[in-house]
Amino acid sequence: MSGTSVGTVLPKVEEKLFQNRYMVDAGRPHIRLSINGEPSAALRSLVTTCPAGCYTDNEKGQIELVTDGCMECGTCRVVTAKTGEIEWQYPRGGYGVLYKFG
Amino acid sequence: MIEEKFDAIVVGAGASGNACAYTMAKLGLKVLQLERGEYPGSKNVQGAILYADALEKIIPDFRDDAPLERHIVEQRQWTMTDSAHVGMHFRSEEFNEDRPNRYTIVRAQFDKWFSRKVREAGVTLLCETTVTELLRNNSGAVIGVRTDRADGVAFANIVVLAEGVNGLVGQRAGLRDVVTPESVALAVKEMHFLPREVIEERFNLKGNEGVVIEAMGTITKGMTGTAFLYTNAESISVGIGCLVSDFQGTGQTPYGLLEAFKNHPSIKSLLAGSECKEYAAHLIPEGGYKAIPQLYGDGWLVVGDAGQFVNAVHREGSNLAMTTGRIAGETIAWLKVRRDAATAANLSEYQRRLDASFVMKDLKKYKNIPDFLHKSGAHLFGLYPRLIAQAAQTWFRVDGKDKRAKESEIIKSFTRSRSLSGLLGDAFKLARAWR
Repeated sequence: MSGTSVGTVLPKVEEKLFQNRYMVDAGRPHIRLSINGEPSAALRSLVTTCPAGCYTDNEKGQIELVTDGCMECGTCRVVTAKTGEIEWQYPRGGYGVLYKFG
Repeated sequence: MIEEKFDAIVVGAGASGNACAYTMAKLGLKVLQLERGEYPGSKNVQGAILYADALEKIIPDFRDDAPLERHIVEQRQWTMTDSAHVGMHFRSEEFNEDRPNRYTIVRAQFDKWFSRKVREAGVTLLCETTVTELLRNNSGAVIGVRTDRADGVAFANIVVLAEGVNGLVGQRAGLRDVVTPESVALAVKEMHFLPREVIEERFNLKGNEGVVIEAMGTITKGMTGTAFLYTNAESISVGIGCLVSDFQGTGQTPYGLLEAFKNHPSIKSLLAGSECKEYAAHLIPEGGYKAIPQLYGDGWLVVGDAGQFVNAVHREGSNLAMTTGRIAGETIAWLKVRRDAATAANLSEYQRRLDASFVMKDLKKYKNIPDFLHKSGAHLFGLYPRLIAQAAQTWFRVDGKDKRAKESEIIKSFTRSRSLSGLLGDAFKLARAWR
């Protein structure tokens, strides 16, 4: 058990992302899944490893991706470099996360 | 996009790109700089500590108008368990000097300032412009870039890749491999705002003095990583990072780890009452010397995080970024004066200058540390912090037990958890990697 006191509920990542500024490129996600068959363990690990919680698994065991909160860190690109399950582009110039402080 | 041909195109407006563009412009070169963010800094994340020496060598009088938060007078190195921290603190009045050595900064603000200096030096900056690929001639030499602007190509004698740890352009062009999950850390960070007076009271500061806390221990749950807390003028930067491969292996979430760190009894009171205004995530190169890719070729070279220039042991990166950017800029200007083309053979001068600098000397010194941390992470970040805190507890608690008994209890706690040969082996491996 970490230093978190008993009964403390961890804030959801959505609440953290709510603080951030984004310029969403509607209809043009900069990351796309290209999966043939079962998701690899590497792709599956992103459900917990992605710092923005962009990856979720549904009841069918499939991985779903919503890029709206993406902070463009590149973790998912690094993790799936060998499996090729993700097509990762930078957002178009000016779009994506806009750090106020960084 | 732009008809004229430039001496150099710099891809990226972070610490290394700005250092390089500024250096070249000051030496009379015609420079185009391309940045994908709305403004320089909008995509950049750092703790952030500014190392004065590296910037002084580029802009000697930066203190006159750079947005600096606090100069650091106290360094706290903490080894943490779930309920304790063992600290090594160094605080000195001598850090209150005319030209302080380290400052906390807020990157988005600092980068805007640095970029203004770059533009004043004569660099043409285009923001909201993502470079999509390198342009090459028939013999494979890089001659320019393509961008996502309509009709967006630009040409130059050399392209400087200052595109950061997640640099797609160089990787897609085959100039270097994609970094591996074992060689990068994923760090998350929050900005917590508090009134200036509260920060000064809480951290025992006056004026613009600042404190740095660097922490390791069970806070990373056995993963290889560290946490930090830096005092800015009216905010506190707090963050934690671990190797991506360790996050994958443990199933820990970065935000869960950050929450637990913020709620640690040693940290929680320092942040009490603050308002969080931003949550950021970024990769940090951790592979060190052995992970440095090929740094130059016909018509291109690479600087900063894209070249893996981070000293993981000392948590230094921005100074290596600025220094590699400066040295690259000086080398390119030197070649122009000599009327030498930007060929791989001529650009090997960049490597020679880097090898002679602290950048390569430091990275070389610690070349075996990443392997060591990778293999000994569980002991280093879990077992030893627990043993050290337990030893301190035993030693400082006055309970009628005699001191010799306490000493033997402490020694036994170490040899019981990690055999004597294990302890000596760890010490030996660390010493060898450190040497």
